[in-house]
Amino acid sequence: MKLKRILLAAAAASVLSGGAAVADSTGITDTSIKIGNTNPYSGPASAYSVIGKAISAYFKELNTEGGINGRTIEFISLDDGYSPPRTVQQVRKLVEKEKIAFLFQSLGTPTNSAIHKYMNQKKVPQLFVATGASKWGQPEKYPWTMGFQPTYDVEGEIYAKYVLENVKDPKIAVLFQNDDYGKDYRDGFLRGLGDKKDLIVSMLPYETTDPTVDSQILALKDSGANVFVNISIPKFAAQAIRKSCEIGWKPLHLLNNVSSSVSATLKPAGLDCSKDLITAQWMKDPTDPQWADTAGYKEWSAWMDKNLPDADRGDVNYGLGYNVSKLLHHVLQNCEDMTRKGIMGCAANVKDLELPMVLPGILVNTSPTDFYPIQAAQLSKFDGEKWALFGSVIDATK
Amino acid sequence: MIRPNALTAKLVLSFGALVVLGCVVPLVVEDYDSYQITVAFSYGIAILGLNILTGYNGQFSIGHSAFFAIGAYTAAIMISHFGWHPYATLPFVAIAAFMVGFLFGFPALRLEGLYLALATFALAVATPQILKVDALEEWTGGVQGLFFDKPDAILGFSIDQSLYYVTWIVFVVLMALTWALLHSRSGRAIMAIRDNPIAASTMGINTALYKTTTFGISAMFAGLGGAFFAFANAFVSPDTFNFFIAVYLLVGSVVGGIVSIPGALLGGLFYVFGQEYAEEVSNLSELIPPPWVTFGIFLILMMYFAPFGIWGLIERGMARLKRPSSS
Amino acid sequence: MDLFLQLTLAGLAIGSIYACVALAVVMIYQATDHFNFAQGEMAMFSTFVAWALFQATGSIWLAFVLAVAASFIAGIIIERVIVKPVESAPVFNQIIVFIGLLMIFNNLAGWFWEHTTKTLPSLFPEDLGFETTLISPHNLGVIVFTLALLLVVFLFFKFTKVGLAMKAAAANPDSARLVGVSVGWMLALGWGLASAIGAVGGVLVAPIVFLEPNMMSGVLLYGFAGALFGGVNSPGGAVAGGLIVGVLENWARQYVPGGSELGLTFALVLIVGVLMFKPAGLFGRIVVKRV
Repeated sequence: MKLKRILLAAAAASVLSGGAAVADSTGITDTSIKIGNTNPYSGPASAYSVIGKAISAYFKELNTEGGINGRTIEFISLDDGYSPPRTVQQVRKLVEKEKIAFLFQSLGTPTNSAIHKYMNQKKVPQLFVATGASKWGQPEKYPWTMGFQPTYDVEGEIYAKYVLENVKDPKIAVLFQNDDYGKDYRDGFLRGLGDKKDLIVSMLPYETTDPTVDSQILALKDSGANVFVNISIPKFAAQAIRKSCEIGWKPLHLLNNVSSSVSATLKPAGLDCSKDLITAQWMKDPTDPQWADTAGYKEWSAWMDKNLPDADRGDVNYGLGYNVSKLLHHVLQNCEDMTRKGIMGCAANVKDLELPMVLPGILVNTSPTDFYPIQAAQLSKFDGEKWALFGSVIDATK
Repeated sequence: MIRPNALTAKLVLSFGALVVLGCVVPLVVEDYDSYQITVAFSYGIAILGLNILTGYNGQFSIGHSAFFAIGAYTAAIMISHFGWHPYATLPFVAIAAFMVGFLFGFPALRLEGLYLALATFALAVATPQILKVDALEEWTGGVQGLFFDKPDAILGFSIDQSLYYVTWIVFVVLMALTWALLHSRSGRAIMAIRDNPIAASTMGINTALYKTTTFGISAMFAGLGGAFFAFANAFVSPDTFNFFIAVYLLVGSVVGGIVSIPGALLGGLFYVFGQEYAEEVSNLSELIPPPWVTFGIFLILMMYFAPFGIWGLIERGMARLKRPSSS
Repeated sequence: MDLFLQLTLAGLAIGSIYACVALAVVMIYQATDHFNFAQGEMAMFSTFVAWALFQATGSIWLAFVLAVAASFIAGIIIERVIVKPVESAPVFNQIIVFIGLLMIFNNLAGWFWEHTTKTLPSLFPEDLGFETTLISPHNLGVIVFTLALLLVVFLFFKFTKVGLAMKAAAANPDSARLVGVSVGWMLALGWGLASAIGAVGGVLVAPIVFLEPNMMSGVLLYGFAGALFGGVNSPGGAVAGGLIVGVLENWARQYVPGGSELGLTFALVLIVGVLMFKPAGLFGRIVVKRV
């Protein structure tokens, strides 16, 4: 096992170094770094553009304090409307016209898929992408791409395990968004069930153009399920929770992490209706009073007050933006080799880093063979007011 | 038959100049720009199809994204699953898209104006759903779509330049063919059907055949456009080809000049570069609203000041130059 | 049986929203011969205005009434200022203007009010006086309110002078002018009414689908289909069309094999199929044209 890891590391290192004889420091000078990003500022996924705003604010503040090691950050974030061809266009513009050093936290599964090959061909880092698909952690094949958040795969498996261990005679119903993200989660859950896939009694998709998922919920209840795996974005998750409540359906309700925000999903759905929901968390929910006294929360809160005072604090994406910016800050700060390859290498060398708005016990770890920075989560149950963590941190790497 | 005296020397020369200009462009701009213009051409080819159908034949379609998708996917499937060279797929793309369009033309015969629009709209909305169906996933790649390599570079040009040239040549040929079609007897029949369908059929024109064939031709163009779009981006995915593409094609068509051939080229360029400029304008200041608001305002202003599209403006300008100046 | 009833009622509830959109679309069509693509986004924008007013006043009914009134006025202004210049232009130009309006309203809403989901309380009381899992109080309120709205619109067109003048202006502008009807202002009034109806639809739908800039994009699609299905020259037809589309889609999803993935497709195919036999919609009239 260890030999294999050494060989893989060597292979990865040689792929990274192969090609460019002279280290590529495009976009990096002694006094500046150009960082590119794409986010959905328009279109169906525009709710996530909050992340782009958060990162922008982070670097703006950082620049007033002198930047990183004396280099100001020029952060260029372009709108791709969550449309993959537009992402291709914008990213090519960033790489070929703006000559960015690297791409940071580009958002979306289909959008990042569209530029995956291109970034690796051009040998430009596609760093800490904002999606939980599992394909971003393949250093041997795609040495220039790295994920960030726990994968949907891992989360799906955590739920599957929980169901198998805790529910007698489970009959499982699944609601999922009919796209890359939804199907990735669904497949992760199915994998987690192993040979017990026939416990699923109903699996129904929805499109983002559907006004409601009410009819799906009615049908899922009718299937007689006592477990409900809810793979949907906040708006639809809230509808699903509320409708279940309305029709008196009370299964074991597992909610995917992307919709676990109290203010974005549970409040609209109704806090009472959201009781006993279970999710796998890795970030601190900013509206959860149990974090109010922690150093991490205070740091984030002060930052919000100073830079984004009018923002909706309940939106967990502000926390995500802050977390990932801190991670990049750490990577760049401690990086000796300020070239594209060097930065990639530094990103693949993070050891036990604690981020302020991530749950205690969950640390960032990367290595030349491990391109999944965060691979742990903890289950929590909603008690009507906040998410109450239970059990222990589940680390997928162990 | 084409009447020889319609082919004025002026027309041939200006067309030739356009072709040459198009060929020079990739040599003086960067690869990224060639790629962007290639995308504009792929839209332009589809818009040309729309112009024929709606501008010249009066059949209203807000569903051309479906044919665009059919072309793109036909090419992608042949490349990914059967290893065909991208350009070799083009004849099949044309045939497949033509057939679907032609078949769609039959039920379309019964519907007029808005109702036809609804039917085409239904087609456009259904397309991504059908492409995502689990049962077809083996072929279509499901929600992930299909990825493949861009066509190889040719003749010492870069990959982007090579694709640009092939797309440009196909576009130019299609424009010439369209011109020939519209200036033939069939062309006059097509326009007669638009202007007065009842009179046309009274005069012995087989309106049903013409209308369905025109639908087929229009779909064929859109399919070819879709194939080049796929080549330029090196992938296809179902949600890319949603209903909004059909809307943008219509926007490009009207802004370029819906009853014209050069309008298609202008429309494609407008769609790609109009967004760019809208983005640049919006980035000038925090006080300026987001790019799509600016783009929306562009559109409205264009309709006030260029009611016959950009080509209409150009034609008007040329007519003014020809008029003897008052003295 | 329960499921069928629930699906049908849920379909009627969302169908009522489609019906509102369809009604607004038909209003403008009847008055002006235009098909306003921006209807959905304008309704969404009005709903945001209602939300802002609710934040300021604390009363959902007050916010509702003010938002509807504001939308009425805004609709008139938009017609007189933005649509008038292309009144006599080819229909495509008008469509492009509407698409431009669509883009503007959608992105302006996101710019002013951000993209995070917001909630708007229901206009209707939570307590029906009886318990049922068949339909929620809000959904029931939506169906009843929409039918009442349709009745008001019907009465308006049939029995008031203004309604008659609007119909005249749309049917035969020249003759209408000869009898003293101000055609231009009738057009503007049509837009005002349509915008008001759209605002009603928005406030009714927000508690179901939640408020965010893309709230109406799905709804507009169905509203359109409903309007055409029912027949664009018939307000009653449009409402019926909207209701039918809402129910059809739910049924298709549940009862047609493969419907879960292709629900919308089936519904639309069915609509087109019907149009084959009734090309002017279920309740529409075929207009005979002079050669």
